[in-house]
Amino acid sequence: MTAFEAAGLTRSYQLEGVTVDALRGVDLTIGDGEFAAILGPSGSGKSTLMHLLGCLDRPTSGVLKVGGVDVSTLDDTKLAELRNQMIGFVFQSFHLLARTSALDNVALPLVYRGVAKADRRKRARAALEAVGLAHRLDHRPSQMSGGEQQRVAIARALVGDPQVVLADEPTGNLDTRNGEEVMGLLERLNADQGVAIVLVTHEPEVANRARRQIHVRDGLIERDVA
Amino acid sequence: MRTAEAFRMALEALRVNRLRSALTMLGVIIGVSAVVILVAIGTGAKDAIEDEISGLGSNIILVVPGQLNFQAAPTQSRLDLGDVNYVRRVVGDPSRVTVSVQSGENIRVGRNEAFVTVVGTDENIPNVFERPLKRGRYLTETDIDTRRRVAVLGSEVSQQLFGDLDPVGRQATIAGVRFRVVGVYEKVGATFGVARDRETHIPVTTAQRLLGVERVNGIAIGASGPDVIDSLGQKVVDALTARYPDEKFSAVTQTQLLGTIGTVLGMLTGVLAAIAGISLLVGGVGVSNIMLVSVRERTKEIGLRKALGARQRDVLGQFLIEAVLLTTIGGTIGIALGVGGSLLIEALSPVPASITLWSILLAFGVSAVVGVFFGVAPARRAGRLDPVVALRAE
Repeated sequence: MTAFEAAGLTRSYQLEGVTVDALRGVDLTIGDGEFAAILGPSGSGKSTLMHLLGCLDRPTSGVLKVGGVDVSTLDDTKLAELRNQMIGFVFQSFHLLARTSALDNVALPLVYRGVAKADRRKRARAALEAVGLAHRLDHRPSQMSGGEQQRVAIARALVGDPQVVLADEPTGNLDTRNGEEVMGLLERLNADQGVAIVLVTHEPEVANRARRQIHVRDGLIERDVA
Repeated sequence: MRTAEAFRMALEALRVNRLRSALTMLGVIIGVSAVVILVAIGTGAKDAIEDEISGLGSNIILVVPGQLNFQAAPTQSRLDLGDVNYVRRVVGDPSRVTVSVQSGENIRVGRNEAFVTVVGTDENIPNVFERPLKRGRYLTETDIDTRRRVAVLGSEVSQQLFGDLDPVGRQATIAGVRFRVVGVYEKVGATFGVARDRETHIPVTTAQRLLGVERVNGIAIGASGPDVIDSLGQKVVDALTARYPDEKFSAVTQTQLLGTIGTVLGMLTGVLAAIAGISLLVGGVGVSNIMLVSVRERTKEIGLRKALGARQRDVLGQFLIEAVLLTTIGGTIGIALGVGGSLLIEALSPVPASITLWSILLAFGVSAVVGVFFGVAPARRAGRLDPVVALRAE
């Protein structure tokens, strides 16, 4: 089984009448349980690639299979369901709902899966325990440190048992110590639970902790080092 | 996503922005309570006037010379007692026909004086009108035939002249002529501003001599049932026209009065409701406006929800439910205020107010529809947001 399988992937945007090619033909396969980093300078197309892999966006051309499913065959509703089932997201700026407890933030993906409330809370609690935040269940994001908030976000990414976690600059807003902690957590999840992790970063020292580095430049894969 | 979940989310969002939600609801609250109160006043006025008309008695036909026209002075009557007897023969049952000659006169008892409507009429009053006696007796045929100077007082006249004394058997001076009081009517209230409790009834023959007239002002007929009112009225008008080919006569029935006045007041109520409805519409525009602001403000939240697996319809539903909750909660508060306001108006002012179920249901229904109508555009905008763009928004 492969988490992602991309062939000839392109993505271009119309910006004020000018066509910008963000991706110009990417072939990429990421297997189950892999720990890969996508590296590149800003404007290289790594964020675009990440959005395509996360099914937040559709390729202009090329084929993308997520968990073996060709996303071009899915309508928006099915794509949303695919995201919900297969992919967990971790963002640079956490993206937690303010005024909502850690527990309810973590349970949110299960709401859209139609899981009953008691079950949701049970699973969300387990996910928070797994990231070491059993003592922060009822705290709101504003009552937690950045490192804790990112761990809540990781718990939210994991609560639905995804096949892969996409982490977009997960340490970008954290100090070294907290960044270290988050990376350790991702490594542990990859090792213990077999969740594939794809992290997007421009920091080589973060990328070096992945077992595979995919270098993106000018919309193409420049180097793929395992 | 389950519906209950969507409601919970929407309520949570409204709770978080309490002040904004309250202010948005205010437009709907004002609109709905205005609909309820104005419809209550319109309906109350209609009910009050219909009560007055039906309080006259049942199945009454008023025959008057000329055409009934509220904009012109009444036609000079050419009807006299001979014509009344003619009408009695046409109707067939003389006891169902009564007559009136009216004039405003002074009435005096000792040092008490009152200006009243003196009505010259006959013994058939109780057969035609709803006019119960409190004391004494009605006018009798003998009173008419022998031109007796006897009077039956309206309740207010009696109160004013005699206070708590029983006036039956006592003397009263009408236009300088002494009369003996033989009866007092029960209080019946006013009809069309005619204070019937301020009337004093005397025999029609006596009245004609007192006032120096030959004519009568009008004839009233009590039909035997509702189904013969129109035909009987037409029959009498035709007979009178046959007798006086150059004159016009009109028969006015309660049904006609009720119909005309009902239509006018129904329109009035409709206009009031429409004006109130406009304010409800304005409230709806406010809801739409705030929902658009809310969607823009929560773009990142929407992007996140979509990334986590919210489908277009989940997001659309969430915002639509928010809008509908705003208007229906506002509508419910508006109904409560409208009902309270109507009861207060009824209790504290002379304006009658009658709360109707249809106006409440309509106001609630309209506010829900307003929520859907004005919520759809912002909710669709939210539902269609591109998750990538939404997540990047700052």
